[in-house]
Amino acid sequence: MVEPQHIGGGKKCIVLHPSDNTATALADLQKGETLCLDVGEESRSITLREPIPFAHKFAILAIPPGEAVRKYGQLIGEATQDIQAGDYVHIHNVVSKRTRGQGR
Amino acid sequence: MRNTGHELTFMGYRRANGEVGVRNLLGVFSLVTCANEAAVRIGSFVPGATVFTHQNGCGQTQADLEVVTRTLIHLGQNPNLGAVLLVSLGCEGLAPARIAEGIGRSGKPVEFVRIQQEGGYFGALSEAGLKAQKMAQAVTGWSREKIGVEELVLGLKCGASDPTSGLAANPALGKAVNRLIELGGTVIFGETTEVVGAEQILAQRAKNDDVARRLLALVDRLENRVRASGSDIRGGNPSAGNIAGGITTLEEKSIGSIVKSGSAPIQDVYEYGERRQGRGLFFVDSPGREPEILAGLVAAGAQIIAFATGLGAPQGFPFVPVIKICANYKTVQRLPDFIDLDVSRIISGGESLEEAGERIFQEILQVASGKWTKAETLGYSGSTNIYTTGPIV
Repeated sequence: MVEPQHIGGGKKCIVLHPSDNTATALADLQKGETLCLDVGEESRSITLREPIPFAHKFAILAIPPGEAVRKYGQLIGEATQDIQAGDYVHIHNVVSKRTRGQGR
Repeated sequence: MRNTGHELTFMGYRRANGEVGVRNLLGVFSLVTCANEAAVRIGSFVPGATVFTHQNGCGQTQADLEVVTRTLIHLGQNPNLGAVLLVSLGCEGLAPARIAEGIGRSGKPVEFVRIQQEGGYFGALSEAGLKAQKMAQAVTGWSREKIGVEELVLGLKCGASDPTSGLAANPALGKAVNRLIELGGTVIFGETTEVVGAEQILAQRAKNDDVARRLLALVDRLENRVRASGSDIRGGNPSAGNIAGGITTLEEKSIGSIVKSGSAPIQDVYEYGERRQGRGLFFVDSPGREPEILAGLVAAGAQIIAFATGLGAPQGFPFVPVIKICANYKTVQRLPDFIDLDVSRIISGGESLEEAGERIFQEILQVASGKWTKAETLGYSGSTNIYTTGPIV
Protein backbone atom coordinates (compact mmCIF):
# COMPACT_ATOMS: atom_id res chain seq x y z
CA MET A 1 0.00 0.00 0.00
CA VAL A 2 0.98 3.64 0.06
CA GLU A 3 4.13 3.47 2.08
CA PRO A 4 7.36 4.97 0.84
CA GLN A 5 10.21 2.85 2.13
CA HIS A 6 13.33 4.24 0.60
CA ILE A 7 14.41 7.77 0.30
CA GLY A 8 17.85 9.10 -0.41
CA GLY A 9 19.75 10.78 2.40
CA GLY A 10 22.14 13.20 0.73
CA LYS A 11 21.15 11.87 -2.69
CA LYS A 12 19.98 13.71 -5.73
CA CYS A 13 16.76 11.81 -6.17
CA ILE A 14 14.41 9.48 -4.38
CA VAL A 15 12.59 6.30 -5.26
CA LEU A 16 9.57 6.37 -2.96
CA HIS A 17 8.76 2.65 -3.17
CA PRO A 18 10.67 -0.46 -4.32
CA SER A 19 8.01 -1.26 -6.95
CA ASP A 20 8.29 2.19 -8.59
CA ASN A 21 9.57 2.66 -12.13
CA THR A 22 10.14 6.39 -11.58
CA ALA A 23 12.43 8.42 -9.35
CA THR A 24 11.90 12.04 -8.29
CA ALA A 25 14.64 14.68 -8.46
CA LEU A 26 15.65 16.33 -5.16
CA ALA A 27 17.51 19.07 -7.01
CA ASP A 28 17.68 20.38 -10.58
CA LEU A 29 19.52 17.61 -12.46
CA GLN A 30 21.49 17.90 -15.70
CA LYS A 31 21.28 15.85 -18.88
CA GLY A 32 24.07 13.26 -18.91
CA GLU A 33 24.34 13.04 -15.10
CA THR A 34 24.76 9.50 -13.83
CA LEU A 35 22.91 8.69 -10.62
CA CYS A 36 23.20 5.74 -8.29
CA LEU A 37 19.83 4.69 -6.93
CA ASP A 38 18.82 2.38 -4.16
CA VAL A 39 15.65 0.57 -5.11
CA GLY A 40 14.80 -1.76 -2.28
CA GLU A 41 17.91 -3.89 -1.77
CA GLU A 42 19.14 -3.24 -5.28
CA SER A 43 21.48 -0.52 -6.54
CA ARG A 44 21.02 0.84 -10.03
CA SER A 45 22.92 3.32 -12.13
CA ILE A 46 20.90 5.62 -14.41
CA THR A 47 22.21 8.21 -16.85
CA LEU A 48 19.78 11.05 -17.45
CA ARG A 49 18.81 11.52 -21.10
CA GLU A 50 17.20 14.91 -20.38
CA PRO A 51 17.46 17.63 -17.70
CA ILE A 52 15.09 16.97 -14.77
CA PRO A 53 13.84 19.92 -12.67
CA PHE A 54 13.49 19.65 -8.89
CA ALA A 55 10.50 17.50 -7.83
CA HIS A 56 9.98 16.22 -11.39
CA LYS A 57 10.30 12.54 -12.36
CA PHE A 58 12.44 10.36 -14.57
CA ALA A 59 12.15 6.71 -15.52
CA ILE A 60 14.42 4.20 -13.82
CA LEU A 61 13.20 1.32 -16.00
CA ALA A 62 11.96 1.12 -19.58
CA ILE A 63 8.19 1.75 -19.70
CA PRO A 64 6.51 0.63 -22.96
CA PRO A 65 3.40 2.47 -24.21
CA GLY A 66 0.27 1.44 -22.30
CA GLU A 67 2.25 0.29 -19.26
CA ALA A 68 1.71 1.55 -15.71
CA VAL A 69 3.80 4.46 -14.45
CA ARG A 70 4.43 3.92 -10.74
CA LYS A 71 5.33 6.23 -7.83
CA TYR A 72 4.62 5.72 -4.07
CA GLY A 73 4.17 2.05 -5.03
CA GLN A 74 0.99 3.08 -6.86
CA LEU A 75 -0.18 3.53 -10.42
CA ILE A 76 -0.10 7.25 -11.18
CA GLY A 77 -0.85 6.96 -14.91
CA GLU A 78 -0.04 5.13 -18.13
CA ALA A 79 2.79 5.66 -20.64
CA THR A 80 1.58 7.07 -23.96
CA GLN A 81 4.87 6.41 -25.75
CA ASP A 82 8.04 4.41 -25.34
CA ILE A 83 9.87 5.66 -22.24
CA GLN A 84 13.46 4.64 -21.57
CA ALA A 85 15.39 4.63 -18.31
CA GLY A 86 16.72 8.17 -17.79
CA ASP A 87 13.88 9.83 -19.73
CA TYR A 88 11.91 12.73 -18.30
CA VAL A 89 8.45 11.47 -17.25
CA HIS A 90 5.67 14.06 -17.30
CA ILE A 91 2.48 15.09 -19.09
CA HIS A 92 4.09 14.68 -22.55
CA ASN A 93 4.41 10.90 -22.13
CA VAL A 94 1.99 9.94 -19.35
CA VAL A 95 -1.80 10.04 -19.21
CA SER A 96 -4.08 9.82 -16.16
CA LYS A 97 -6.19 6.69 -15.80
CA ARG A 98 -8.61 8.42 -13.47
CA THR A 99 -9.79 11.46 -15.34
CA ARG A 100 -13.43 11.14 -16.25
CA GLY A 101 -14.40 8.54 -18.79
CA GLN A 102 -11.03 6.84 -18.72
CA GLY A 103 -10.61 5.13 -15.42
CA ARG A 104 -13.96 4.86 -13.74
CA MET B 1 5.12 -3.65 17.80
CA ARG B 2 8.36 -1.99 18.72
CA ASN B 3 7.16 -1.00 22.16
CA THR B 4 4.25 -1.44 24.47
CA GLY B 5 2.00 1.49 25.23
CA HIS B 6 3.15 1.49 28.83
CA GLU B 7 6.68 2.53 27.91
CA LEU B 8 5.50 5.45 25.80
CA THR B 9 3.48 8.01 27.68
CA PHE B 10 2.50 11.65 27.75
CA MET B 11 1.08 13.91 30.45
CA GLY B 12 -2.62 14.56 29.88
CA TYR B 13 -5.85 15.40 31.69
CA ARG B 14 -8.03 12.42 32.57
CA ARG B 15 -11.62 13.72 32.45
CA ALA B 16 -14.64 12.62 34.48
CA ASN B 17 -15.88 10.39 31.63
CA GLY B 18 -12.46 8.69 31.28
CA GLU B 19 -11.43 10.55 28.12
CA VAL B 20 -8.08 12.31 27.94
CA GLY B 21 -7.34 15.93 27.06
CA VAL B 22 -3.97 17.44 26.13
CA ARG B 23 -5.12 21.00 26.96
CA ASN B 24 -7.32 22.24 29.80
CA LEU B 25 -9.36 25.23 28.70
CA LEU B 26 -12.71 26.92 29.08
CA GLY B 27 -14.39 26.95 25.67
CA VAL B 28 -16.49 30.01 24.83
CA PHE B 29 -18.63 29.00 21.83
CA SER B 30 -20.65 31.34 19.69
CA LEU B 31 -23.86 29.57 18.63
CA VAL B 32 -24.60 31.82 15.69
CA THR B 33 -22.66 34.22 13.52
CA CYS B 34 -24.50 37.20 15.10
CA ALA B 35 -23.09 36.28 18.53
CA ASN B 36 -19.46 36.00 17.37
CA GLU B 37 -18.41 39.47 18.49
CA ALA B 38 -19.82 39.05 21.99
CA ALA B 39 -18.15 35.62 22.28
CA VAL B 40 -14.76 37.05 21.31
CA ARG B 41 -15.11 39.81 23.90
CA ILE B 42 -16.21 37.37 26.61
CA GLY B 43 -13.25 35.12 25.83
CA SER B 44 -10.89 38.01 26.52
CA PHE B 45 -12.18 38.47 30.08
CA VAL B 46 -10.46 35.52 31.74
CA PRO B 47 -7.17 33.69 31.18
CA GLY B 48 -7.60 30.06 30.16
CA ALA B 49 -10.65 30.82 28.01
CA THR B 50 -10.63 30.12 24.28
CA VAL B 51 -13.20 31.19 21.69
CA PHE B 52 -14.79 29.23 18.84
CA THR B 53 -16.69 31.26 16.22
CA HIS B 54 -18.25 30.27 12.88
CA GLN B 55 -20.56 31.64 10.18
CA ASN B 56 -23.57 29.40 10.82
CA GLY B 57 -26.50 28.78 13.15
CA CYS B 58 -29.34 30.62 11.41
CA GLY B 59 -30.89 31.10 7.97
CA GLN B 60 -29.94 27.61 6.89
CA THR B 61 -31.72 24.44 5.85
CA GLN B 62 -32.84 22.07 8.59
CA ALA B 63 -30.27 19.53 7.39
CA ASP B 64 -27.46 22.08 7.75
CA LEU B 65 -28.69 23.19 11.18
CA GLU B 66 -28.48 19.54 12.25
CA VAL B 67 -24.87 19.37 11.04
CA VAL B 68 -24.04 22.60 12.91
CA THR B 69 -25.76 21.30 16.06
CA ARG B 70 -23.92 17.97 16.13
CA THR B 71 -20.62 19.67 15.29
CA LEU B 72 -20.98 22.15 18.17
CA ILE B 73 -21.96 19.33 20.56
CA HIS B 74 -18.96 17.24 19.56
CA LEU B 75 -16.58 20.21 19.63
CA GLY B 76 -17.83 20.91 23.16
CA GLN B 77 -17.34 17.28 24.16
CA ASN B 78 -13.69 17.42 23.07
CA PRO B 79 -11.65 16.45 26.15
CA ASN B 80 -9.27 19.42 25.71
CA LEU B 81 -12.07 21.55 27.19
CA GLY B 82 -12.77 21.41 30.92
CA ALA B 83 -15.96 23.49 30.67
CA VAL B 84 -17.99 25.26 27.97
CA LEU B 85 -19.84 28.59 27.96
CA LEU B 86 -22.30 28.98 25.07
CA VAL B 87 -23.10 32.45 23.73
CA SER B 88 -26.52 32.66 22.08
CA LEU B 89 -28.24 35.62 20.46
CA GLY B 90 -31.63 34.17 21.37
CA CYS B 91 -33.52 33.99 18.06
CA GLU B 92 -31.10 31.76 16.11
CA GLY B 93 -32.25 28.63 14.32
CA LEU B 94 -30.28 26.37 16.63
CA ALA B 95 -31.62 25.12 19.96
CA PRO B 96 -29.12 26.24 22.65
CA ALA B 97 -30.60 23.94 25.30
CA ARG B 98 -30.09 20.91 23.07
CA ILE B 99 -26.45 21.84 22.48
CA ALA B 100 -25.86 22.46 26.19
CA GLU B 101 -27.45 19.10 27.01
CA GLY B 102 -25.34 17.31 24.38
CA ILE B 103 -22.07 18.76 25.62
CA GLY B 104 -23.11 18.11 29.21
CA ARG B 105 -23.33 14.38 28.48
CA SER B 106 -19.52 14.34 28.54
CA GLY B 107 -19.73 15.26 32.25
CA LYS B 108 -18.28 18.77 32.01
CA PRO B 109 -19.97 21.98 33.25
CA VAL B 110 -21.90 23.86 30.54
CA GLU B 111 -23.60 27.25 30.82
CA PHE B 112 -25.15 29.64 28.34
CA VAL B 113 -25.98 33.31 28.05
CA ARG B 114 -28.59 34.81 25.69
CA ILE B 115 -27.77 38.30 24.48
CA GLN B 116 -31.41 39.23 23.78
CA GLN B 117 -32.50 38.16 27.26
CA GLU B 118 -29.58 39.48 29.29
CA GLY B 119 -30.23 43.09 28.35
CA GLY B 120 -28.10 43.43 25.24
CA TYR B 121 -24.38 43.57 24.76
CA PHE B 122 -23.32 44.93 28.14
CA GLY B 123 -25.89 42.88 30.00
CA ALA B 124 -24.69 39.72 28.31
CA LEU B 125 -21.01 40.62 28.80
CA SER B 126 -21.59 41.19 32.49
CA GLU B 127 -23.55 37.96 32.99
CA ALA B 128 -21.12 35.93 30.85
CA GLY B 129 -18.08 37.48 32.51
CA LEU B 130 -19.20 36.32 35.94
CA LYS B 131 -19.94 32.83 34.61
CA ALA B 132 -16.64 32.66 32.73
CA GLN B 133 -14.71 33.71 35.83
CA LYS B 134 -16.27 30.94 37.91
CA MET B 135 -15.90 28.30 35.20
CA ALA B 136 -12.29 29.19 34.33
CA GLN B 137 -11.36 28.93 37.98
CA ALA B 138 -13.03 25.51 38.27
CA VAL B 139 -11.19 24.28 35.17
CA THR B 140 -7.82 24.96 36.79
CA GLY B 141 -8.63 22.24 39.32
CA TRP B 142 -7.61 19.60 36.76
CA SER B 143 -3.99 18.48 36.62
CA ARG B 144 -1.91 16.38 34.24
CA GLU B 145 -1.14 12.73 34.83
CA LYS B 146 0.76 10.02 32.98
CA ILE B 147 -1.24 8.59 30.06
CA GLY B 148 -0.38 5.76 27.67
CA VAL B 149 0.24 6.78 24.06
CA GLU B 150 -2.60 4.49 22.95
CA GLU B 151 -4.99 7.17 24.23
CA LEU B 152 -3.70 9.80 21.80
CA VAL B 153 -6.11 10.92 19.08
CA LEU B 154 -4.25 12.68 16.27
CA GLY B 155 -5.85 14.60 13.40
CA LEU B 156 -4.08 15.08 10.04
CA LYS B 157 -4.04 17.92 7.57
CA CYS B 158 -1.85 19.20 4.76
CA GLY B 159 -2.24 22.67 3.34
CA ALA B 160 -0.41 25.47 1.58
CA SER B 161 1.30 22.51 -0.08
CA ASP B 162 4.17 22.58 -2.54
CA PRO B 163 6.29 19.86 -4.20
CA THR B 164 8.11 19.17 -0.91
CA SER B 165 4.79 18.18 0.73
CA GLY B 166 4.16 15.07 -1.36
CA LEU B 167 7.85 14.17 -1.49
CA ALA B 168 8.88 14.50 2.11
CA ALA B 169 6.58 16.09 4.73
CA ASN B 170 3.53 13.91 3.98
CA PRO B 171 5.45 10.61 3.64
CA ALA B 172 7.35 11.36 6.88
CA LEU B 173 4.07 12.15 8.65
CA GLY B 174 2.78 8.82 7.32
CA LYS B 175 5.65 7.10 9.16
CA ALA B 176 4.70 8.82 12.43
CA VAL B 177 1.06 7.81 11.85
CA ASN B 178 2.05 4.16 11.31
CA ARG B 179 3.99 4.26 14.56
CA LEU B 180 1.09 5.70 16.55
CA ILE B 181 -1.36 3.18 15.07
CA GLU B 182 1.05 0.30 15.82
CA LEU B 183 1.10 1.45 19.44
CA GLY B 184 -2.69 1.31 19.61
CA GLY B 185 -3.39 5.03 19.12
CA THR B 186 -5.99 6.76 16.96
CA VAL B 187 -5.61 8.90 13.85
CA ILE B 188 -8.30 10.81 11.96
CA PHE B 189 -7.92 12.23 8.47
CA GLY B 190 -10.31 13.77 5.94
CA GLU B 191 -10.05 16.13 2.94
CA THR B 192 -12.45 14.23 0.68
CA THR B 193 -11.44 16.60 -2.14
CA GLU B 194 -7.87 15.34 -1.93
CA VAL B 195 -8.99 11.73 -2.29
CA VAL B 196 -10.49 12.23 -5.76
CA GLY B 197 -8.28 10.27 -8.15
CA ALA B 198 -6.91 8.01 -5.42
CA GLU B 199 -10.26 6.83 -4.04
CA GLN B 200 -9.85 3.26 -5.32
CA ILE B 201 -6.40 3.04 -3.69
CA LEU B 202 -7.76 4.34 -0.40
CA ALA B 203 -10.82 2.06 -0.60
CA GLN B 204 -8.48 -0.94 -0.77
CA ARG B 205 -7.34 -0.02 2.73
CA ALA B 206 -10.89 -0.08 4.14
CA LYS B 207 -11.42 -2.66 6.87
CA ASN B 208 -14.31 -4.23 4.95
CA ASP B 209 -16.52 -3.80 1.89
CA ASP B 210 -19.04 -1.69 3.75
CA VAL B 211 -16.41 0.88 4.81
CA ALA B 212 -14.98 0.87 1.25
CA ARG B 213 -18.43 1.44 -0.25
CA ARG B 214 -19.17 4.35 2.10
CA LEU B 215 -15.78 5.95 1.40
CA LEU B 216 -16.38 5.80 -2.35
CA ALA B 217 -19.91 7.18 -1.84
CA LEU B 218 -18.48 10.26 -0.03
CA VAL B 219 -16.16 10.94 -2.97
CA ASP B 220 -19.01 10.53 -5.49
CA ARG B 221 -21.24 12.85 -3.49
CA LEU B 222 -18.58 15.55 -3.38
CA GLU B 223 -17.93 15.27 -7.11
CA ASN B 224 -21.65 15.51 -7.81
CA ARG B 225 -21.95 18.65 -5.66
CA VAL B 226 -19.04 20.28 -7.43
CA ARG B 227 -20.46 19.28 -10.81
CA ALA B 228 -23.89 20.68 -9.88
CA SER B 229 -22.20 24.05 -9.38
CA GLY B 230 -20.71 23.88 -12.87
CA SER B 231 -17.16 22.82 -12.00
CA ASP B 232 -15.29 19.56 -12.31
CA ILE B 233 -12.58 18.43 -9.89
CA ARG B 234 -11.13 15.94 -12.36
CA GLY B 235 -11.20 18.50 -15.19
CA GLY B 236 -9.28 21.15 -13.23
CA ASN B 237 -6.62 18.91 -11.74
CA PRO B 238 -3.71 18.80 -11.60
CA SER B 239 -3.59 22.59 -11.96
CA ALA B 240 -1.06 24.41 -14.13
CA GLY B 241 0.86 25.19 -10.93
CA ASN B 242 0.86 21.53 -9.93
CA ILE B 243 2.16 20.52 -13.35
CA ALA B 244 4.93 23.13 -13.20
CA GLY B 245 5.80 21.67 -9.79
CA GLY B 246 6.24 18.18 -11.22
CA ILE B 247 2.79 16.63 -10.63
CA THR B 248 1.79 14.74 -13.78
CA THR B 249 -1.65 13.30 -13.00
CA LEU B 250 -4.54 13.73 -10.58
CA GLU B 251 -3.82 10.35 -9.02
CA GLU B 252 -0.21 11.36 -8.33
CA LYS B 253 -1.40 14.56 -6.65
CA SER B 254 -3.98 12.71 -4.53
CA ILE B 255 -1.61 9.93 -3.48
CA GLY B 256 0.93 12.58 -2.46
CA SER B 257 -1.68 13.90 -0.04
CA ILE B 258 -3.13 10.67 1.36
CA VAL B 259 0.36 9.24 1.92
CA LYS B 260 0.30 11.21 5.20
CA SER B 261 -2.24 8.68 6.52
CA GLY B 262 0.38 5.92 6.42
CA SER B 263 -0.64 2.40 5.50
CA ALA B 264 -2.95 1.13 8.25
CA PRO B 265 -6.43 -0.16 7.46
CA ILE B 266 -9.29 2.36 7.66
CA GLN B 267 -11.60 1.24 10.47
CA ASP B 268 -14.57 3.44 9.66
CA VAL B 269 -15.81 6.46 7.77
CA TYR B 270 -17.82 9.32 9.30
CA GLU B 271 -19.93 12.24 8.19
CA TYR B 272 -18.71 15.75 9.02
CA GLY B 273 -19.40 16.69 12.64
CA GLU B 274 -19.78 13.09 13.81
CA ARG B 275 -17.60 11.77 16.61
CA ARG B 276 -15.55 8.68 15.86
CA GLN B 277 -15.81 5.63 18.13
CA GLY B 278 -12.95 3.25 18.83
CA ARG B 279 -9.24 3.22 18.04
CA GLY B 280 -7.20 2.97 14.87
CA LEU B 281 -7.34 4.97 11.63
CA PHE B 282 -10.54 6.79 10.62
CA PHE B 283 -11.72 8.98 7.75
CA VAL B 284 -14.12 11.90 8.21
CA ASP B 285 -15.86 13.60 5.29
CA SER B 286 -14.62 17.18 4.99
CA PRO B 287 -13.44 19.78 2.52
CA GLY B 288 -9.75 20.58 2.27
CA ARG B 289 -10.17 24.19 3.45
CA GLU B 290 -8.61 24.78 6.86
CA PRO B 291 -11.37 26.49 8.91
CA GLU B 292 -13.81 23.67 8.21
CA ILE B 293 -11.58 20.59 8.22
CA LEU B 294 -9.79 21.53 11.44
CA ALA B 295 -13.18 21.85 13.19
CA GLY B 296 -14.27 18.53 11.65
CA LEU B 297 -11.17 16.73 12.95
CA VAL B 298 -11.67 18.22 16.43
CA ALA B 299 -15.39 17.34 16.47
CA ALA B 300 -14.40 13.78 15.54
CA GLY B 301 -12.29 13.75 18.71
CA ALA B 302 -8.76 14.86 17.72
CA GLN B 303 -6.79 16.13 20.75
CA ILE B 304 -3.90 17.28 18.61
CA ILE B 305 -3.35 17.92 14.88
CA ALA B 306 -0.28 17.34 12.69
CA PHE B 307 -0.31 19.73 9.73
CA ALA B 308 2.16 19.26 6.86
CA THR B 309 2.82 22.41 4.84
CA GLY B 310 5.14 23.49 2.05
CA LEU B 311 4.56 27.23 1.70
CA GLY B 312 3.61 27.79 5.35
CA ALA B 313 0.07 27.90 6.74
CA PRO B 314 -0.43 30.08 9.82
CA GLN B 315 -3.50 28.82 11.63
CA GLY B 316 -3.95 26.76 14.74
CA PHE B 317 -7.23 25.92 16.46
CA PRO B 318 -8.76 27.50 19.60
CA PHE B 319 -8.35 24.47 21.85
CA VAL B 320 -6.31 21.94 19.92
CA PRO B 321 -2.58 22.30 19.29
CA VAL B 322 -1.70 22.22 15.57
CA ILE B 323 1.89 21.16 14.78
CA LYS B 324 3.26 22.56 11.51
CA ILE B 325 5.68 20.26 9.71
CA CYS B 326 7.62 21.56 6.72
CA ALA B 327 10.17 20.05 4.31
CA ASN B 328 10.79 23.24 2.34
CA TYR B 329 14.03 24.74 3.65
CA LYS B 330 13.21 28.22 2.32
CA THR B 331 9.84 28.24 4.09
CA VAL B 332 11.42 27.07 7.34
CA GLN B 333 13.91 29.96 7.12
CA ARG B 334 11.36 32.55 6.01
CA LEU B 335 8.54 31.63 8.42
CA PRO B 336 10.16 30.49 11.66
CA ASP B 337 7.15 31.76 13.64
CA PHE B 338 4.76 29.40 11.80
CA ILE B 339 6.80 26.19 11.43
CA ASP B 340 7.17 23.85 14.40
CA LEU B 341 9.19 21.05 12.85
CA ASP B 342 11.80 21.30 10.10
CA VAL B 343 12.06 18.09 8.07
CA SER B 344 13.83 19.72 5.11
CA ARG B 345 16.90 17.52 5.56
CA ILE B 346 14.93 14.70 3.95
CA ILE B 347 15.49 16.67 0.74
CA SER B 348 18.79 18.42 1.36
CA GLY B 349 20.33 15.22 2.70
CA GLY B 350 21.06 13.40 5.88
CA GLU B 351 17.68 12.40 7.23
CA SER B 352 15.64 9.37 6.19
CA LEU B 353 11.85 9.36 6.13
CA GLU B 354 11.92 6.99 9.09
CA GLU B 355 14.12 9.33 11.14
CA ALA B 356 11.96 12.34 10.31
CA GLY B 357 8.84 10.32 11.16
CA GLU B 358 10.29 9.47 14.56
CA ARG B 359 11.02 13.17 15.26
CA ILE B 360 7.44 14.03 14.31
CA PHE B 361 6.19 11.31 16.66
CA GLN B 362 8.32 12.63 19.53
CA GLU B 363 7.17 16.21 18.89
CA ILE B 364 3.54 15.01 19.05
CA LEU B 365 4.21 13.47 22.47
CA GLN B 366 5.88 16.66 23.74
CA VAL B 367 3.08 18.90 22.51
CA ALA B 368 0.52 16.48 23.97
CA SER B 369 2.28 16.90 27.32
CA GLY B 370 1.93 20.68 27.21
CA LYS B 371 4.63 22.17 24.98
CA TRP B 372 3.11 25.06 23.03
CA THR B 373 3.00 25.03 19.26
CA LYS B 374 3.97 28.13 17.28
CA ALA B 375 0.29 28.81 16.51
CA GLU B 376 -0.49 28.67 20.25
CA THR B 377 2.27 31.13 21.09
CA LEU B 378 0.90 33.47 18.42
CA GLY B 379 -2.71 32.99 19.49
CA TYR B 380 -3.46 32.51 15.78
CA SER B 381 -6.56 30.40 16.23
CA GLY B 382 -9.61 32.34 15.09
CA SER B 383 -9.81 31.07 11.48
CA THR B 384 -12.58 28.59 12.20
CA ASN B 385 -15.86 27.54 10.64
CA ILE B 386 -18.30 24.64 10.33
CA TYR B 387 -18.81 22.89 6.98
CA THR B 388 -22.31 23.11 5.58
CA THR B 389 -23.42 22.43 2.01
CA GLY B 390 -26.90 23.93 1.62
CA PRO B 391 -27.95 27.46 0.69
CA ILE B 392 -28.01 30.38 3.11
CA VAL B 393 -31.66 31.43 3.17
